[in-house]
Amino acid sequence: MSQTTIDPRSLRAPPRRPLRLSWSDERVRAIVWQILVVGLLGAIVWWLWSNTVHNLEVRRIATGFGFLNREAGLPIAENLIPYSPTDTYFRALLIGLLNTLKVAVVGIILATVFGTLIGIARLSKNWLLSKIAGVYIEVIRDLPLLLQLLFWYAILQGLPGPRQALHPVGGVFLSNRGLKLPWIEWQDAHSYALLAFALGAVFTWFYRRDAIRKRIADGRPRPVWPVALGCLVVLPVAIWAAAGAPWTVDWPELRGFNFRGGLNMSPEYFALLLGLTTYTAGFIAEIVRAGILAVPHGQWEAAQALGLRPGQVLKQVVLPQALRVIIPPMTSQYLNITKNSSLAVAIGYQDIVSIANTTLNQTGQAIEGIAIIMVVYLSISLSISLFMNWYNAKIALVER
Amino acid sequence: MPPFGLSIARAMGAAALGLALALPGVAQAQQAPAANANTFDAVRARGQLVCGVNTGLAGFAQPDSQGVWRGFDAEYCRAITAAIFGDPSKVRFVPTTAQVRFTALQSGEVDVLSRNTTWTLSRDTALGLDFAATNFFDGQGFMVKTALGVKSAKELEGATICVQPGTTTEQNLSDWARANRIRFTPVVIERLEEIVGAFVAGRCDAYTTDVSGLAATRSAQPKPDDYVILPEVISKEPLALGVRQGDARFADVVRWTHFLLLSAEEFGITQGNVDQMANDPRPEVQRMLGRNGELGKMLGLDNLWAVNVIKAVGNYAELFDRTLKPIGIQRGPNALWTTQGGLQYSPPFR
Repeated sequence: MSQTTIDPRSLRAPPRRPLRLSWSDERVRAIVWQILVVGLLGAIVWWLWSNTVHNLEVRRIATGFGFLNREAGLPIAENLIPYSPTDTYFRALLIGLLNTLKVAVVGIILATVFGTLIGIARLSKNWLLSKIAGVYIEVIRDLPLLLQLLFWYAILQGLPGPRQALHPVGGVFLSNRGLKLPWIEWQDAHSYALLAFALGAVFTWFYRRDAIRKRIADGRPRPVWPVALGCLVVLPVAIWAAAGAPWTVDWPELRGFNFRGGLNMSPEYFALLLGLTTYTAGFIAEIVRAGILAVPHGQWEAAQALGLRPGQVLKQVVLPQALRVIIPPMTSQYLNITKNSSLAVAIGYQDIVSIANTTLNQTGQAIEGIAIIMVVYLSISLSISLFMNWYNAKIALVER
Repeated sequence: MPPFGLSIARAMGAAALGLALALPGVAQAQQAPAANANTFDAVRARGQLVCGVNTGLAGFAQPDSQGVWRGFDAEYCRAITAAIFGDPSKVRFVPTTAQVRFTALQSGEVDVLSRNTTWTLSRDTALGLDFAATNFFDGQGFMVKTALGVKSAKELEGATICVQPGTTTEQNLSDWARANRIRFTPVVIERLEEIVGAFVAGRCDAYTTDVSGLAATRSAQPKPDDYVILPEVISKEPLALGVRQGDARFADVVRWTHFLLLSAEEFGITQGNVDQMANDPRPEVQRMLGRNGELGKMLGLDNLWAVNVIKAVGNYAELFDRTLKPIGIQRGPNALWTTQGGLQYSPPFR
């Protein structure tokens, strides 16, 4: 197409007419309608707002977000960043947000892995495997999630006390106080090694993309694994070794009432994670199955006819096409995990809803508290949606 | 009730407050704004008092096998109802969790909170509540399993402690732990039944709440002797009747109903002898029971309101002995100042 070509549509466009102040003019009608709708919406919002302010005044309820800087005084059991009850409500809510993210992110990853495996098992030619997957999906999907959470929590509470903890292998204790694992004492060297691993992963990803591009250009395969090995294993280990190779294991041990040291997974977190993962995996399994079945059988046969190995058929031909069907409903499931994590309050996991509820109860700032919860979930959900839409666009069928 | 019923109610409750405050129609239909009208007239017009109580705490508020609410707090609801209507049955009980109780009162879902609620400055001011009267003086304590062998709360270093969120208990616990340099892990569950369940199952080493609540929970266990309440009382918990702020007339009725129960005990007026007591020559008894003067009318009530209240629930001592004594709670600070040197004290009926 040369530069001088004119888009023929522009020639067909009607000539611009001056605006006539008449109901028969389409543009006048459009403007009037828009002003009316916006005005009505504005009036409703103003009405709700002014009534809220009036009613709050009449009831002498203080308003505003000033309470965020006050001392919270509420104890929180699980915190990813340091927290004490002398910290502010803002920090308490931040802990709640991190706790929500902790269960949502891990839940999304686990549910995707298990869901995919179960979905593939459901399609398996092995009769037993396929039926087990089918029964799992039907049972899990048909029971309310809250009931499942209470069930898992009750089971975990039924474990023996800390003094009679189950002790399958050295350093691992399972009791009604949670799962205790040995953990290395975290030092700066470990942080540096982790940073090197992250940078290495980014570099490897770019290297791989470049290698594929060059291969498309000249057809010569370039192995990626030596670079991956170097960036992901050798470099982090070398940095860790250069920093003195610190390696002190923090063993959990029973002191007084509870275990001290080591890594702890509380029954509340464990029950919530287990419930969210198993529940959502049931839905994801069906989505994966639908996605794979959506790829026409001819595609499998054509790929086999080209001489691709079964693994290659799945990876290069079927999955790329199946993903296009899988991703949009998968986004909904990820959003569901995040929002369902608010059921945590029922079993005492202190997520954003639990802490915001306590905050609004202590301060009386109900509207502000609910607004914070809404903003948090909206932000997380929009982030997930944006990422998934970007990914969806990336894997969309490129028509040539 | 299945546990998720109330969990959903809790989630809805907070959202409902936002709505109730935003929509004037909703708010006015449930209760007139405090500025011009008042709860008293709204209750009268409705023909029913809506009373916020605990979700099920033995001795304070718990439905019996017939579904009838029993307990100290429930009887206070009946006393206020009898004062207004002359009939203690014109009451509707609304169970509220620790977290939704204030929202329920603010939004007009209930008229009065008779629900183990501690009177504090911030609740009295910023929360938009008023406390009419302290009807039970309490303090916070700890309960552990006897088998644990703990004799004092000071030995709880490193323990896991069960506590309900949104309570003064939760804040007192962290204050106390900080002051005594005790590290602890909280387990925070909203529903009373579930936090007690977690404690009984051994999820926590200790359970903390008001001593009266501990006694109630202990008495409700199959083997109460398996549990011991530790001697330390770490806070003051004046449990008070809560009403909406700026609702002076209704607050007066609630407050003087409480004082009536105290005065009735002081003058020996009981459920059984209230009719004969009308002939008692003491002037204050005459005024209280409506034989002389118009004290009832000053409150906007029937002049025989006191007779109705005492006939319905008895005096403070009768009420206490009927509801709290069976679960092992002694009068202690809740004895009358005038006769036993306790904290309960009624201004004169004059």
